[in-house]
Amino acid sequence: MVQGGVIITMHKHAIEENVFRVLMIASTLLILSVLLLILGTIVIKGLPYLSWSMITQAPKSGYYLGKDGGILNSILGSLYLTGGATIMALMVSLPVTLYLNVYAKKKSRLVYMTRFAFDVMWGIPSIVYGAFGFTLMLFFGLKASLLAGMITVAFLILPVMTRSMDEVIRMVPPPLLEASYALGATRFETAFKVVVRQVMPGISTAVLIAFGRGIGDAASLIFTAGFTDSIPTSLLQPVATLPLTIFFQLTFDHP
Amino acid sequence: MESKAHISIQNLNIYYGKDHALKDINVEIPKKKITVIIGPSGCGKSTLLKSFNRLLDSVDNVKITGKVLVDGEDIYDPKAEVTHIRKKMGLLSQKPYPLPMSIYDNIAYGPRIHEERNKKKIDKIVEHFLRTASLWDEVKDKLHSPASQLSVGQQQRLCLARGLAVGPEIILGDEPTSALDPRSSQNIEARFQELKQQYTIVVVTHILRQAKRLADYVLFLYGGRLIEYGPAHEVLENPKEAMTKEYIQGVIS
Ligand SMILES: Nc1ncnc2c1ncn2[C@@H]1O[C@H](COP(=O)(O)OP(=O)(O)O)[C@@H](O)[C@H]1O
Ligand SMILES: [Mg+2]
Repeated sequence: MVQGGVIITMHKHAIEENVFRVLMIASTLLILSVLLLILGTIVIKGLPYLSWSMITQAPKSGYYLGKDGGILNSILGSLYLTGGATIMALMVSLPVTLYLNVYAKKKSRLVYMTRFAFDVMWGIPSIVYGAFGFTLMLFFGLKASLLAGMITVAFLILPVMTRSMDEVIRMVPPPLLEASYALGATRFETAFKVVVRQVMPGISTAVLIAFGRGIGDAASLIFTAGFTDSIPTSLLQPVATLPLTIFFQLTFDHP
Repeated sequence: MESKAHISIQNLNIYYGKDHALKDINVEIPKKKITVIIGPSGCGKSTLLKSFNRLLDSVDNVKITGKVLVDGEDIYDPKAEVTHIRKKMGLLSQKPYPLPMSIYDNIAYGPRIHEERNKKKIDKIVEHFLRTASLWDEVKDKLHSPASQLSVGQQQRLCLARGLAVGPEIILGDEPTSALDPRSSQNIEARFQELKQQYTIVVVTHILRQAKRLADYVLFLYGGRLIEYGPAHEVLENPKEAMTKEYIQGVIS
């Protein structure tokens, strides 16, 4: 009897194992095939059009593609805009996270509310950031430009950057801070010479994640960055970005 | 007490929120001796030690009443400068925490934040204190590699050298050998024996044999109260209090 029971439970376990293995393999294959489809479509449809001039020239035929020239204006535009936005966001997010983790009382209301606020900001759709940026522009009398786009995207990526940085800085063991204090270091010295170094890899990851979020976003830039066929030479000129180039390419008929 | 008090604790009470962690502590820590704090875990040993260099300042909701005088100066006086007080003490924690930088920079960190800019002087300080901590021979060829690559025992000696490099008068150790293997522990104990010629040393330990080997004076804490304090041989061999006797015999823990 007892032996029989053991065998039955083993059978049950073995069946469970197999069912789950099949499920896991199936989902892996599903994901892989979707990825391959996307990549395949891009390569098969895109390869014939890929040329050196595509990535080294601005469009020669006005705003839309299809004739001579390329998308250099959007490539550089995206890099300028997101690069600037990332730097702006970093200048806010690093002090904020250091404040939360080194200066503020660990369980205070302020710390709790700040984290909550960033979580909420994280959930706001990017088009709303666009509208917000647009209101700011009206208020300051700024036209759709590289600068206005940067500011808007900086707001958009601030929560991602801050929260990812916060997660790593929270992991710094308190005795490490104490070791620095015990040597007579101030909180400032401890924050910038010890904490920042300790979590440098985490900070870089947070910056990259934020950059990634920013460079892929179209909606926040529709009202704020404008669009152009040339490469901006000042912060106050409009700028084209890759996501918006795709957007306009797909939505409007062009000659 | 035959030698002069270096740290003098008067009516010290410490609360974490409502938790009364140290109750009415009055004690004088003598100069250039090793004072060992013993007691079961949670009795307030670390709290007492950290109150000496105001490391509790960064803890939320902590309340401290009473006085801690170091060289006659009340360190909890609002006018006292906290970095100056901390500079007077080197701290060894339970587990070594090297700073995220090279071996050299770990030692140079303290002097640099205290405005030492002269490269030659810093080189000298680094070598001198690495020798004092008997680590120099092991690391002299890799001073610029990350301190985290050292073994835990070496890291603890690095932390000792790092603490000494700011020029303290007092060394505080909070169970400094508890993470170490027996040989590294012996090495740290030997350093303490050498260093007590020049420094006042306060060590927390829960290992009675270590207390016997190291202590000139023993301070027994229980439940946040100071139960007994005196010369090591008296407290450890001939305790006056029943509780100390029971703790030493292992009846209570
Ligand atoms: N940061 C803290 N916050 C709240 N309570 C604490 C904190 N540190 C210690 N305590 C409490 O104070 C008491 C003494 O702790 P501690 O000094 O660490 O004891 P020991 O070092 O002797 O084990 C314990 O009851 C502990 O729970
Ligand atoms: Mg402790």
